[in-house]
Amino acid sequence: MASIACSLRAARPVAMRLAPRAAPMVRLSMPARSFTSSRMTNLDFFVSSGLARKYTKDHEWIDLSADRKTGVIGVSEYAAEQLGDVVYVELPPAGEWTDQGDSIGAVESVKSASDINAPVRCKVTHTNALLEEKPATINQVPEDDSAGGGWIVKVEVDEEGAKQFDELMDAEAYKEFVAE
Amino acid sequence: MMKSFTRIARASPRVKASASLSAAGRLSTAGSIRCASNASSGEPLKKTPLYDFHVANGAKMVPFAGYHMPVQYSSLSLADSHHFTRNHASLFDVSHMVQHIFKGPAAAAFLEKVTPSSWSNVAPMSGKLTTFLWPGTGGIVDDTIVTRIGENEFYVVTNGACLDKDTKYIDEELGKFGGDVQWTRLDGSGLVALQGPQAAEILSEVLATDINLKEFYFGNTVQAELKLADGGKTHPVLISRGGYTGEDGFEISFNGKLYPALESTVKAVESLIKTAGPERLQMAGLGARDSLRLEAGMCLYGHDLDDTTTPVEAGLSWIISPERRKAGGFHGAEIILPQLTPKSKGGSGVERRRVGFVVQGAPAREGAEIQKDGQTIGTITSGVPSPTLGKNIAMGYIKDGQHKAGTEVDVVVRGRKRQAVVTKMPFTPAKYWKAPA
Repeated sequence: MASIACSLRAARPVAMRLAPRAAPMVRLSMPARSFTSSRMTNLDFFVSSGLARKYTKDHEWIDLSADRKTGVIGVSEYAAEQLGDVVYVELPPAGEWTDQGDSIGAVESVKSASDINAPVRCKVTHTNALLEEKPATINQVPEDDSAGGGWIVKVEVDEEGAKQFDELMDAEAYKEFVAE
Repeated sequence: MMKSFTRIARASPRVKASASLSAAGRLSTAGSIRCASNASSGEPLKKTPLYDFHVANGAKMVPFAGYHMPVQYSSLSLADSHHFTRNHASLFDVSHMVQHIFKGPAAAAFLEKVTPSSWSNVAPMSGKLTTFLWPGTGGIVDDTIVTRIGENEFYVVTNGACLDKDTKYIDEELGKFGGDVQWTRLDGSGLVALQGPQAAEILSEVLATDINLKEFYFGNTVQAELKLADGGKTHPVLISRGGYTGEDGFEISFNGKLYPALESTVKAVESLIKTAGPERLQMAGLGARDSLRLEAGMCLYGHDLDDTTTPVEAGLSWIISPERRKAGGFHGAEIILPQLTPKSKGGSGVERRRVGFVVQGAPAREGAEIQKDGQTIGTITSGVPSPTLGKNIAMGYIKDGQHKAGTEVDVVVRGRKRQAVVTKMPFTPAKYWKAPA
């Protein structure tokens, strides 16, 4: 399962990632083997494509849309690995503004309970209902922001939040951060 | 996300019965551990005899009870390690536990002063769970397994996280007692726990001493030698049947005062691993130990038990021997004995009791409030998503009267009420190898 997920994630075309969030994402129904030619890791992918994904020291990631008004938030692969078997994900109610660093949910594994904190000031608009049924999706595809992925919330971001985004670590900086 | 309320990996071995005890600590997902309040701090971490073995075998090491301890091995996730123990067998390094010998004509009398159990009538080479008690309050200083290994000699295992407190306590109590008791702490010793349904067959294959394991029961102890991979044998080791997982199993003690424990512990572990093979035996760490003991309904000292808790409140009344209930004479007896009788029957009863819970939705962890009709009626002291049951299990203290199995309560996790039900422990059936009744 993990290897299939990995190849799906690594091979995702740049154009699809930049597509409007509302667009139906049919690619997940395609056979996994059609993607297996790619050897790129997740981080390499983002580094090379220059996508707007950034990371916090608390191990959340956030994608910011080109217009800097919406975003998607999840936990990093490193965090997912550290957490171990995720058994429960607490999702926040939609519709409230949360300041940077405040809790927007939690991830529970056999080992621990960890808060998910807002990487930037944001308002939750959607939560990933899949995680209620299949919390282990977080272990399989933590940095996948598509349907079937382990993303946690979709958010609206204001000017303050967009500024905060600029201060977060890019993929390369985060890679160095976790290697320390 | 990693910083907030991460938690847990706890440890401690135990030849125990229905509910027990132990050491404390917490593991954040980032790998750091907050030790129990009485753990030694500020000193360099110690290494067990198996430190190099753990590192060479892919263990993730964390500070616990003053030691570098393996929390998990790279080969298995916590849940996998948990399941492996329940289905096959696991080997745990529990050398951070403190081993002691109390010897002398007054040793039994001393133990009967500081614990509520009977020792003068205990059969040789058998042991049981008990607690050290504070005079005056009857609060639990530590929980411990005490085994009679000679006419006037007792082998005692206490929690690593309580080392400093226990040392001071024993020292002071021996001074006050004044009788003829020699106390030796077996520092630098090895202690490993072999746990799981395949533990007995694995042990039988490495025993160099003829022991009929079919008649070697839960709570029994024996001295034996183990076969080594190089064709040799270990020095004599002390093997006790029991543990801290709810499974059948053994704890094997390598006495560092009498023999070179480092060499013998490592060689014996290598022999067990090699003889059993990876299909039957895996190394396991503190993480799996915690979820296993919680399913088995056993206490972790510093969390489920502390200095302010009496054995009756903790659901450990069964450790108070019948003759001690009549005669008293142990620390805190004046508080503890009246608690055995409910208020309605003329005793003092207790205000709170330790019980188990099954919690809906989010796992309840230590510190979560227990409520009934909006009123706080207790606190969770340990909780984990049970890998065996696929449910969130927990234990905690609840107001007397609300403690009956089936009572519906709320447990507050992250500000939200979650439905919970008081549930009988152990959560998973105990598999001890017991003598026929």
